[in-house]
Amino acid sequence: MGNNGRRKFITALLSIGGLGTFISAFYPVVKYMTPVKSGKPSVSSLKLGKLSDFAKNAWEIVRFGRKPLIIINDENGKLHALSAECTHLDCIVQYSKEEKMIICACHNGHYDLNGKNISGPPPRPLKQYKVNIQNGEIIITKKEDG
Amino acid sequence: MKTLEDSKIFSWLHSRYDLSGILHLLYHKKVPVHKHTIWYYMGGVTLFLFLIQLLTGILLLMYYQPGENSSYESVRFIVNKVNFGWLIRNLHSWSANLMIFFAFVHMFSVFFTRAYEKPRELTWVTGVLLLVLAMVFGFSGYLLPWNELSFFATKVGTDIAGAVPVIGEGIRTVLRGGEDVTGATLSRFFGFHVAILPALFTIVLVVHLFLVQKVGMSEPDFFKKLPDEKKKFISFFPDFAIRDALLWLIVLYLLIFLALFFQWDLGIKADALSPAPTGIKPEWYFMFMFQSLKMLPPHLGFIEGEVFGVLFFGAAALAWMLIPFVKFNSKKYTKERIMLVLGTLVVLFIVSMTIIGYLL
Ligand code: HEM
Ligand code: FES
Repeated sequence: MGNNGRRKFITALLSIGGLGTFISAFYPVVKYMTPVKSGKPSVSSLKLGKLSDFAKNAWEIVRFGRKPLIIINDENGKLHALSAECTHLDCIVQYSKEEKMIICACHNGHYDLNGKNISGPPPRPLKQYKVNIQNGEIIITKKEDG
Repeated sequence: MKTLEDSKIFSWLHSRYDLSGILHLLYHKKVPVHKHTIWYYMGGVTLFLFLIQLLTGILLLMYYQPGENSSYESVRFIVNKVNFGWLIRNLHSWSANLMIFFAFVHMFSVFFTRAYEKPRELTWVTGVLLLVLAMVFGFSGYLLPWNELSFFATKVGTDIAGAVPVIGEGIRTVLRGGEDVTGATLSRFFGFHVAILPALFTIVLVVHLFLVQKVGMSEPDFFKKLPDEKKKFISFFPDFAIRDALLWLIVLYLLIFLALFFQWDLGIKADALSPAPTGIKPEWYFMFMFQSLKMLPPHLGFIEGEVFGVLFFGAAALAWMLIPFVKFNSKKYTKERIMLVLGTLVVLFIVSMTIIGYLL
């Protein structure tokens, strides 16, 4: 094997070895960057205290597992529980007492109390949660369908 | 005047390491003098502001502690307790904005003099990359104080990245370090901001500067057409360099003035359980994209407005970067004409969308 052949051989070995090394290093790095699933068990229900403590025409944001929910006691005393994450770009929504609607301040999105997107950029409705009252206590659970 | 070669240190080094290559890079370049010479300084100003970022950023690192329970508190500590901490933070924030502003000015001046044409194609490509990196710098730095505005801006910004078809979800999760913007996002953005981006930026910057030095300054059309005896030049070193340095000093004083008299707000601490405040705005240099996305309808035919917008801006940025390689075969219009119209439209679009964004 001449000098030329030896150089070709070494170059080929280096190319294959280098490429292989690069690919095998790439995989663990990508995997490393992929976030670990949180160990917390997913929550299926949330106790919110006494119904009588929740003022009419009031609202609050609570944590359901890792997700924020908006709880609204409308002026007729009916409770609504919905995902508080705007379906547009993920801002946290709020209840507007004047407009009697759920609004998102980020880009002026509007939803009705059933979570239906009415105006502004939001493309989808807010997910609804089930409100149960047991012995005067509010319990929020996920809806079966979602 | 004494020159570099006369110095003892230089001749000591030169007799050992043969520095003629470096000398050539410094001395062979000539800077044309004409009515648009001022634009040749914009890149230098941007470079200077980057150096300020490096310096003030390293100083901030002495006290800054990334974390959901420490980011906001440590920046507040820097601003309220650390000697001159407020000054360092104001300098870093102001200089970041000025740096991006001058990078834009620099880019458009290069565009309108068509300095990206052969042999400067790669200088243009690396320049566009630098601007993109600077914007990512700004985006990642913005979250670091962990206040309400930056929290929601990051939620929105990363959610937009999620609109990219197929790989969007993955990008968003990797950027956020999970499903939501949390302390994990903060750690990642910190890593990007103080390690990955400075390294990448420095590499591209060195290539960019090397190419500029190697190829020399472009001459605009009217200058090229002048007879040789009418063309005026100054040497890059030392004549242009001392003017550069003087301008840097002026910019430094402008920066110090801004940092002294215009405080950068810290705002209130981010809280994942409080509704978004009104008036969520990205930093001004994202405003034109943000405003365009906002004005798109929720659905455009079969795709969501957001997806369309993201794909559009992605494609536009790529096209912009590859402009030196575009060939035209139009009989009716010259290439110069087409580029002039295109550039004017782009500037008008960016400026008007930015203004609309602030007025609405
Ligand atoms: C290259 C080295 C750099 C380092 C080590 C660095 C470091 C830091 C640190 C520690 C912070 C958090 C402290 C704070 O929020 O005040 C910060 C914030 C920030 N950085 Fe940088 N940075 C660098 C470059 C840049 C560049 C090139 C830009 C923009 C073009 C930039 C833009 C910002 C912005 C906008 C903030 C938020 C400022 C605030 O509101 O407090 N940084 N940086
Ligand atoms: S994030 Fe709610 S309207 Fe845009």
